[in-house]
Amino acid sequence: MSKLKLLRLLVLAVILLFGISTTDVSTNAFTEQVIQQGATGDDVIELQSRLQYIGFYNGKIDGVFGWGTYWAVRNFQNEFGLEVDGLVGQKTKDMLTRASEYDEGWVKEQIRQGREFTHYGGQKRPWSEAQQSQGQNQGQGQGQGQGQAQEGTPEEPTATNVPKGYSQNDIQLLSQAVYSEARGEPYVGQVAIAAVILNRVDDSTFPDSISGVIFEPLAFTAVADGQFYMEPNSQAKEAVIDALNGWDPSGGATYYFNPDTATSDWIWSRPQIKRIGKHVFCK
Amino acid sequence: MRWVLYIVLLVGFIGSIIYGYQEHQEKNAILIQAENNYQRSFHDLTYRIDLLNEKIGTVLAMNTPENLSPQLTEIWKISAEAQADVGQLPLTLLPFNKTEEFLTNIGEFSYRVAVRGLEEEPLNQDEKELLNQLYQNSTEIKRELRSVQHEVLDEGLRWMDVEVALATNEPGDNTIIDGLQTIEKNSEQFNTSENEGAFTLNSDAGEKEIKLTGKNYNEQEIEDFVHKRFELDGDIELQVTETGEGSDIPMYNVSFDTGELHGYAEVTKQGANMVSYMLTRDVGEKKISLNDGMKQAKELLNDIGYEQVEMVESSQYESVGVFRFVKVEDDVYYYPDSLQVKVALDNGDIIGLTARDYIINSSSDEETDFQDNLSEEEAKTYVNPNIEVKQTRKAVIENDLGEKVLCYEIFGTMNDQTYRVYINANDGFEEKVEKLQQSEQIYGMS
Repeated sequence: MSKLKLLRLLVLAVILLFGISTTDVSTNAFTEQVIQQGATGDDVIELQSRLQYIGFYNGKIDGVFGWGTYWAVRNFQNEFGLEVDGLVGQKTKDMLTRASEYDEGWVKEQIRQGREFTHYGGQKRPWSEAQQSQGQNQGQGQGQGQGQAQEGTPEEPTATNVPKGYSQNDIQLLSQAVYSEARGEPYVGQVAIAAVILNRVDDSTFPDSISGVIFEPLAFTAVADGQFYMEPNSQAKEAVIDALNGWDPSGGATYYFNPDTATSDWIWSRPQIKRIGKHVFCK
Repeated sequence: MRWVLYIVLLVGFIGSIIYGYQEHQEKNAILIQAENNYQRSFHDLTYRIDLLNEKIGTVLAMNTPENLSPQLTEIWKISAEAQADVGQLPLTLLPFNKTEEFLTNIGEFSYRVAVRGLEEEPLNQDEKELLNQLYQNSTEIKRELRSVQHEVLDEGLRWMDVEVALATNEPGDNTIIDGLQTIEKNSEQFNTSENEGAFTLNSDAGEKEIKLTGKNYNEQEIEDFVHKRFELDGDIELQVTETGEGSDIPMYNVSFDTGELHGYAEVTKQGANMVSYMLTRDVGEKKISLNDGMKQAKELLNDIGYEQVEMVESSQYESVGVFRFVKVEDDVYYYPDSLQVKVALDNGDIIGLTARDYIINSSSDEETDFQDNLSEEEAKTYVNPNIEVKQTRKAVIENDLGEKVLCYEIFGTMNDQTYRVYINANDGFEEKVEKLQQSEQIYGMS
């Protein structure tokens, strides 16, 4: 067992050395931009890694500036006598660069391989740490070569911002509904459809989950005839995110219909709010 | 030769009969499955309404608060289940709202009363009366539903026919539809006589009166306003429509197309307040930071008259930044008065704004008199001791009952998780505890 471990360690060390030698170990890779909560991308990966190196952050290095990172930044600013505002400006960056080391190649290699790792830095050499996580996450570590980013392209964060209380899968369900119901409509019309679904979730006379509303029998024709299962485009998704973030061009509607094809008399009796594209929105 | 042809035709004929029969069988099986689902939901619904009726009747006769709470909790649970049943039936196009409203009302009522601790504060006279009315209402609905159920069972009626009838708009003589409409009519009688005031049930229905100031604008003035606001070239045509009777605020909807972007704006008729707008265009690669985006957003808000606002949430979605601002007055954050701004991070343009919540809520702030008897330090003692308090400020939020309350908003961490706790500044009541999560792991990425 220990032989196997040793072997693995050796192999890994070789891989890592190779990885490091091909990438620049730059001392200051931060861009000029001020980083604030909610940001995503390379700067955030560096920020999280540096904070973790000196023990302020022990969450996941995922490239999204969330609450964990926010408190870490504030603690750091506090300890180092900076203004405590949770914003990473030039002063904080300078201080952080002086206080910590950032090995971009190594960190990104870990992210690329989908390994979970924490407590980067400290007294241990990076690769002894890596060896540990390799042992813990052996099952995960394998077969993840595909999906590797090409040399030189920036690493994608492994997490994403989501509007409060919703998951990416909710967004997908909503996008499918929006796309299948209103793919030929103007963008505003698509946001309005998503807003209607969300208004129904809030309304006491409708089911109180997104899936409950979408799959309610006869509620949406595109769900009934199976068009719902088409893959939505990115515009539909964008429209859904806008609606989740609070835009409601429907004016608080809970119903909508296409006046050219609507067969129900009852729907015409609802108080109408407005028309966007082919759809009339009503209470 | 001819015999061969006959045999081939015969085999083909028999083959297609078998094929057709199998297809028919399969289709039937699927239809029956769908029908069974409907039947189950319907029979469950009638059973649960029955149960509700019985439970409410029992509660009316009860005297000891210790027994009352569990019963009311039970009612709350059953009403939620019954609502789920309604959601499974093809009733979206049928006016069945009154029954659904009844279920919501009884659910809301039982929840509120059950959680408040009946030993200290037993049911008052108004509540008893309301419960009595709800009981009569449930008796009515129960009877009607049971008789519809009887017809369904007796005559072998199928919900699939209801679905077809509703989809083709020929509800003519469908027994189920007739029956459900009778229920609707009867419940209507109840709901119109509902006692106003003492105990209003629908917290979210809250038809707030929206006060706007300023003169009424006509279409031409609105066009000019929008032209100026978005600095459009004079020759760009605007399409202006008015909102219909269903709109809570009378507004003009203005849309325009400049070739590179498509715009849509909602402006109130009175006072020409910009309720929301969206400018749709392709957003290029991210060039400016989220922080600069925020500054742009704030500048815009200041320009258009929202001066006392602070950012409370910011998120980046690819190359778009979305920011939430709330009104801040005397260091108090007014969460119901919120504005969202969307900024394109390629050049810092504002591509979206929605001020609806701000416009609806801010007018009623002055009417509410907020009390604070607690100091910040005192408020902290009401927070779970395992939470490490990080940041505190005062905030006004809308609580479970839909009332605006002044609270201490306390951010803290526990087990690497960030929580936000709202402690009522008047009596120390823990109004709300939220687990804050901003990001989600991308599934299926590695």
